[in-house]
Amino acid sequence: MTVKLGVPSKGRLMEKTFQWFGARGITLARSGSDREYAGAVDGIENVSLVLLSAGEIPRELAAGRIHLGVTGTDLVHEKLVLWEQSVKRVEELGFGHADLILAVPKAWIDVDTLHDLDAAAAAFRRTHGFRMRIATKYHRLVREFLREAGVADYALVDSQGATEGTVANETAEAIADITSTGETLRANHLKILSDGLMLRSQATLWQSRTAPLNREERASLHELLRRLG
Amino acid sequence: MPTRAQTNAKAAALRAHFEAHGAQAIEPPLLQPAGTLLDLYGEDIRARAYVTSDALRGEQMLRPDFTVPVVQMHMADGAEPARYTYAGEVFRRQERHADRPNEYVQVGYEVFARDDPAASDAEVFALISRALADLPVRAITGDIGMLMAVVAGLQTSQLRKEALMRHIWRPRRFRALLEQFAGRTPVSPARRALLEGKVACDAPLVGLRSHREIEARITALKNDAKVPPIKARDVQMIEALLDIGAPMPDALARLHDLSVDLPAIVPAVARVSARMDALAARGIDVASLMFDASYGRASMEYYDGFVFGFKARDRTDLPPLATGGRYDALTRRLGDGTEIPAVGGVLRPGLILELEGVV
Repeated sequence: MTVKLGVPSKGRLMEKTFQWFGARGITLARSGSDREYAGAVDGIENVSLVLLSAGEIPRELAAGRIHLGVTGTDLVHEKLVLWEQSVKRVEELGFGHADLILAVPKAWIDVDTLHDLDAAAAAFRRTHGFRMRIATKYHRLVREFLREAGVADYALVDSQGATEGTVANETAEAIADITSTGETLRANHLKILSDGLMLRSQATLWQSRTAPLNREERASLHELLRRLG
Repeated sequence: MPTRAQTNAKAAALRAHFEAHGAQAIEPPLLQPAGTLLDLYGEDIRARAYVTSDALRGEQMLRPDFTVPVVQMHMADGAEPARYTYAGEVFRRQERHADRPNEYVQVGYEVFARDDPAASDAEVFALISRALADLPVRAITGDIGMLMAVVAGLQTSQLRKEALMRHIWRPRRFRALLEQFAGRTPVSPARRALLEGKVACDAPLVGLRSHREIEARITALKNDAKVPPIKARDVQMIEALLDIGAPMPDALARLHDLSVDLPAIVPAVARVSARMDALAARGIDVASLMFDASYGRASMEYYDGFVFGFKARDRTDLPPLATGGRYDALTRRLGDGTEIPAVGGVLRPGLILELEGVV
């Protein structure tokens, strides 16, 4: 068997990952047509490429079906409970920077901090009869963050895309999402709370703590990590 | 670890013990509509309870406790006064503690009665205490109503009292608010600018929260800025209250001392005193029973008066074998315009067997 390396299957994250490995003498490539999710590895023996959605890589690492994987810190923290027990961080790759933040309408000039948000949420619930809604796909991270901050009277609503638009569409009052430049937030008339930074994320190479390794695989993994280090 | 059969047998025996004392056995459903629980606890409940759903009924939760369905059942068609007992599984997500069970059996006893709350408190405590009589356990009691009474008695604005009251069960946030209201937290530049009317915004307002709501909060903040800080003496009073942890008679003496400076808490202290007498009348050794004024605050519960727990003396690794308390406000929230004083507690037969050394 081979050492399995999971890499995001499309977009800039895939290209940048290929470049990062290429700069270290290991060529990753998609084989066949653009639509086929198969990959090839050149420059090192006994390593195979597994192309996956970035969101599935944490789960595959934790289940031990891949030995190494590239994905964002945000996804590992959100999807893996007690993530330190199932994966180990090998290297931050220096791209794919994104911050998980909490944002509210810019016109809410009375809301600058999480404490303000809590007070506004209490008043909102009294006025509207339901809890202030926060749209996100990072349910666990947001819930833990808000519990730590002592924010009550909110409800999370699931949003898997175009999250910044939910406020104008009146399906949420605030959002928690990743942002890199803040451009989309500004375009949607939102602002980040002054203490609303939950997590700084970037593309990171992770090693599974659970994937089984025979002697040959162990040697290959060791060699791969040496070349990357 | 005891087997499931052993645990169920123990649960049945405990329930029979409560039935023998006049409780009616009830069997609330395992699946609870998620809306009620979410409305009561907010988003935090999702971290503790399992959520499932179907296309017809929407979200359902595997019951994380019995109290809510028991209260609903009673408020719908209960006689008065009423005593209930039940036994069955509850389900709790344990994402942070893989070693704790996510499914375990509880046996409970709940009293809904308008007369003599102190006697009802003592009745529940004494029955549960008797069920644990042969075990090396240590009881601890408290009263969330004491802290509520102190907050209600503070010399400050109604808004500040409401803000503190809302965070009684979140000790850190409560502390931060208290510091802020006592003028010990510097006003942030952003807040100062807002209060001075120097914050403008050219972005269009998006979303459901209206200009009127924003203006109302700014007005409230401006009014709040004129409220004098809560006096250091009052902050000390809260600290002195939360610091009380002593056998009941000593604790009561200190509560009496506090009430000299803060007459608003006299009725709450009288309730603690009446409860102590009622416990003694039930044969409880109150001279050695601990009263800890901060007990019960950190758990996400609905208790607003008497609270208690029983912990294994030499097994600090075990969760409490029994917990309970008074939840008058919960009956009001679920009662749709009606309310009734209520108190109850649950035992965990699995832990009792473990402590008894049954294998």
